[in-house]
Amino acid sequence: MVQFFIDNFPLLRDAFLKTLELSVLAGLLALVLGTLLAAFRVSPILPLRGLATFYVETFRNTPLTVVFFFIIFGLPQIDFAVGFFTGAVLAVGLYTAAFVCEAVRSGINAVPPGQAEAARALGLTFGQSLREVVLPQAFRTVIPPLGNVLIAMVKNTSIAAGFAVTELTASLQRLSNANGGEILLVLLAVVAGYMLITLPAAYVVSRVERRVAILR
Amino acid sequence: MRITRPFAALAAMATAGAVLAGCSSDAGNQAEDAADDGAAAVATDASFEAGTTMADLNEAGAITIGTKYDQPGFGLLNPTTKAPEGFDVEMGKLIAGKLGIPEDKITWTETVSANRESFIQNGQVDLVIATYTINDKRKEVVDFAGPYYEAGQDIMVAKGNPLGIEGPDDLAGKNVCSVEGSTPAENIRTNYPEATLTLFDVYSKCADALTNGQVDAVTTDNVILTGLVAGNKEGFELVGNPFTEEPYGIGLAKGDQPFRDFVNDTLEESFDDGSWADAWDATAGAISGQEAPEPPTIDRY
Amino acid sequence: MSAPVLFDLPGPKARARIRIATVIGSLLVLAVIAFVLVRLGRNGQLDPQRWSVLFDPNSGVPQALWEALLRTLRVAAVGMVFATLLGLLLAVGRLSDHRPVRIAVTAVIEFFRAIPLLVVIFALYFVLPGLGIRLSAYAALTGGLVLYNMAVLAEIFRAGILSVDRGQSEAAYGIGLRKSQVMRLVLLPQAVRRMLPVLVAQLVVLLKDSSLGFIIGYFELLRQARSLVEFFTPRFGNQYTFQLYVAAGLIYIIVNVLLSQLAKYIEHRSRRSPKAAATHAVVLPDTPSVTGQTSI
Repeated sequence: MVQFFIDNFPLLRDAFLKTLELSVLAGLLALVLGTLLAAFRVSPILPLRGLATFYVETFRNTPLTVVFFFIIFGLPQIDFAVGFFTGAVLAVGLYTAAFVCEAVRSGINAVPPGQAEAARALGLTFGQSLREVVLPQAFRTVIPPLGNVLIAMVKNTSIAAGFAVTELTASLQRLSNANGGEILLVLLAVVAGYMLITLPAAYVVSRVERRVAILR
Repeated sequence: MRITRPFAALAAMATAGAVLAGCSSDAGNQAEDAADDGAAAVATDASFEAGTTMADLNEAGAITIGTKYDQPGFGLLNPTTKAPEGFDVEMGKLIAGKLGIPEDKITWTETVSANRESFIQNGQVDLVIATYTINDKRKEVVDFAGPYYEAGQDIMVAKGNPLGIEGPDDLAGKNVCSVEGSTPAENIRTNYPEATLTLFDVYSKCADALTNGQVDAVTTDNVILTGLVAGNKEGFELVGNPFTEEPYGIGLAKGDQPFRDFVNDTLEESFDDGSWADAWDATAGAISGQEAPEPPTIDRY
Repeated sequence: MSAPVLFDLPGPKARARIRIATVIGSLLVLAVIAFVLVRLGRNGQLDPQRWSVLFDPNSGVPQALWEALLRTLRVAAVGMVFATLLGLLLAVGRLSDHRPVRIAVTAVIEFFRAIPLLVVIFALYFVLPGLGIRLSAYAALTGGLVLYNMAVLAEIFRAGILSVDRGQSEAAYGIGLRKSQVMRLVLLPQAVRRMLPVLVAQLVVLLKDSSLGFIIGYFELLRQARSLVEFFTPRFGNQYTFQLYVAAGLIYIIVNVLLSQLAKYIEHRSRRSPKAAATHAVVLPDTPSVTGQTSI
C-alpha cells in the first residue's frame, strides 16, 4: 500500500496540481465575466440585458459536458481551435460565469434600494453608483453563495478528464485500470485530493458567512 | 408571455424539423438499404454432461454476454435495433448457437475496458467478447478461450501522412491521441516516452481531434483504427505497421476448464467450416474491405 | 418591470445615447451570429442533408434520442424523489438536539458535498463490485445522483426550516405539540412550500448531471448522442457529429427552460396563496446562500 503511493505519487501530485490550476484559472475567468454579465443584466441598455440573460439561461440549462464538447470540437468548426487545457479553462470558466452572474445579481438586488437612490441623488452615473456603492456592498453579501459556486466549480473540473486534461479524475481512470486490485486506494487518494481543495474552501466560506451575518 | 416564449421556440423548431424531414439523409437511406444477414445456426439437439456450465446454459436457454458498444466492426450498438453488431457479436452468436440458444435469447451487456474482469468475476456475464487482449496479468483473475483474432497496435494519421510517421519511433515530439487507461496508451507512455500523449475517454473524440488538427496521430489496435479510417477515407490513413501483438480472447470464469474447452472447440470448428470467415466478411471485413485473415491458433494453455 | 433603482429614467440626451448603444450592441450581436453561421457554412456544417438526419425516422435517430430523453427523465425523476426524501431526513437530522446525530449527519452531508459527482458515480459502479455489491449502470447513476443531491438538498431544507418564523414553532410548542410533531406538522409543510421553486431548480441541476452517466455507459441523452456518432462514423465519418451534439444540447436546454418556467410559475402561485402567509414576509437569513448552493 505504501509502495503504491510511492509509485504513483508523481502522477497524483501532477494531477492534483492540474485540478488546482484549472480551478484557479477558470475561477478567475468566471468571476470577471460573471460580474460583467451581472452589470449587463441590470444595465439600461436593452441588448446588453438581453444578451446577458440569453447567456445565463443557455449556460445554466446546458450540461457542462455539452459545453466542453462545443469548446473542444465545436470551435474548430468555426476555425478557432484552442488547446485542450485552454479549452477546459474556457468551458469551466464560461459555464461557471453564468452562476457567478446569478449570485452577484441576487446580491445586487439584496442591497437596499435606498443605497442606489442615494448614490443617484448625489449625481453618480450608472457606472459609478454600481462600482462605488452597490457592487462593494453586493459582494459582501454574495461571498457565501459565490464561495459555494466556486466550490461546485472545483468539483465540476472533473469533467475535463474526458477531454484530454490529466487532472484528478483522469488519474483515477488511469490508475484504476492499471491497478485493478488497488482500486479502492486509488479512489481514496483522488477523493482526498478533491477534499484538500473543497473542505478548506468550504471552511473559509462558512467563516466569512458568519462574519458577514454579524455585520448585518 | 414568459411562459409562451419557449413554446414559440419549440414550434419554430418543429417547423424546421418538418421541413427537414421532407429531405432524406444519407444515414436514413443507408439504413433502409441494409438487409439483415443470416442467423447463426442453432443446435437444437445439443446436449451436455450434467453439472457443466454448458448444461446449465442449455437448460436455461439463455446466456449473458458482455461486449463493447463503441468499437466499429467488433461491437457497436445499432440505434435502430438496439442490439450490438460486429465480429465479437457474431462470435457470441456462434457459441450461443452451439449451446442451443437462439440469438434472441442472448442478453448483451455493455462492458468497458475497466469492468471486464469484475463482470466475469462477479458472474454478471457468462462470457466477455470485447476486443479483450489475452495477457498474463488478466489470466490471474479470469480465463481466456481463443484467441479468435490477432490484432496489433498501429497508428492512424491524416491522409497523405504529412508528418511522415512510419512507426512508433517517429512519434517522438508528436502529439498522439489515445484513450485514458487503455493498454495502447500505457505502451506509448512506457516504451515511447518522447511522444506527447493526449488522452480522451473514447476513440471517436480522437478521430475528431485528428480531423481538426488538434493531434498528429491516433494509436490503438489496428482493428479499431480500421473502423475509423473506413468512415473518413479522404481524411485518415493507417500507417499499417503493427508494433505489438494483441491476441483477442474470450473471457470466462477462472477455472471453468470444461467451458473453456467447449468454447475453444467451437472456435476451431468455426475456423474450419468457414463460419468464422463468414462472420468476418459480414462485419469487420465489410467495413474495412479486407479479406478474412488466416484464423489464429487456439492457445490451450 | 418595476422602476429601475440603479439609473434615473433617462432624459432626451440619455435616451439618444441609449438608442445609439442599443443599435451598436444589436449590430455587434448580429455580426457575431453572422460570423459563426458563415464559418459553419464554409465548413459544410449547414448542409440540410446533415441536419435532416435528426428528423429522418429511417435513420433511427429521432427514436433513439426520444428514448434516451425518456431514460434521462426517468433517472432524474427517480433520483429527485429519493434525494428529496433523504435530504429532508438529513436536514432534520442536522437540526437534531442530539449531538452524535448532528455530527454524523453533518459528516455525511459535508462528505458528499466535497467530492465530484463523477467520482461518486465511478465509485458506485467500479469500486463497489470489488466489495461484493453489484449495481446496474442505472442504479449506480441514480444512486450517485441521490447521494450527491441529498446532501445539497439537505442544506436547502435546513435553510428553509430555519426561515420559518420562530413564532410558528413557539406557538406549536405552546399548544403542547411534541418536537417531532412541530417539525412534521408545522415547520416542514411551510418550509417545503417556501423551498418548492428551489427544489425545481435543483431538478434542473440533477437532470443536467444525469449526463455524467456516460462514464459508466448508461444510455442517457448525451451517451446516446455519442453512440449514434460512433455508429455513423464507420460509414459516414464525422458528418453528423456536430449535428447530433447540437441536438442533444438543445434538448437539454428546452427541457430545462421548461422546468425553470415551471419553477417561476410555482413561485408566482405560492406567493399569491394565503397559506404561504407565514413564510411570506420572512426574509431568509441566507437567501443568497441557498440559491447559490443549488445553482450548479
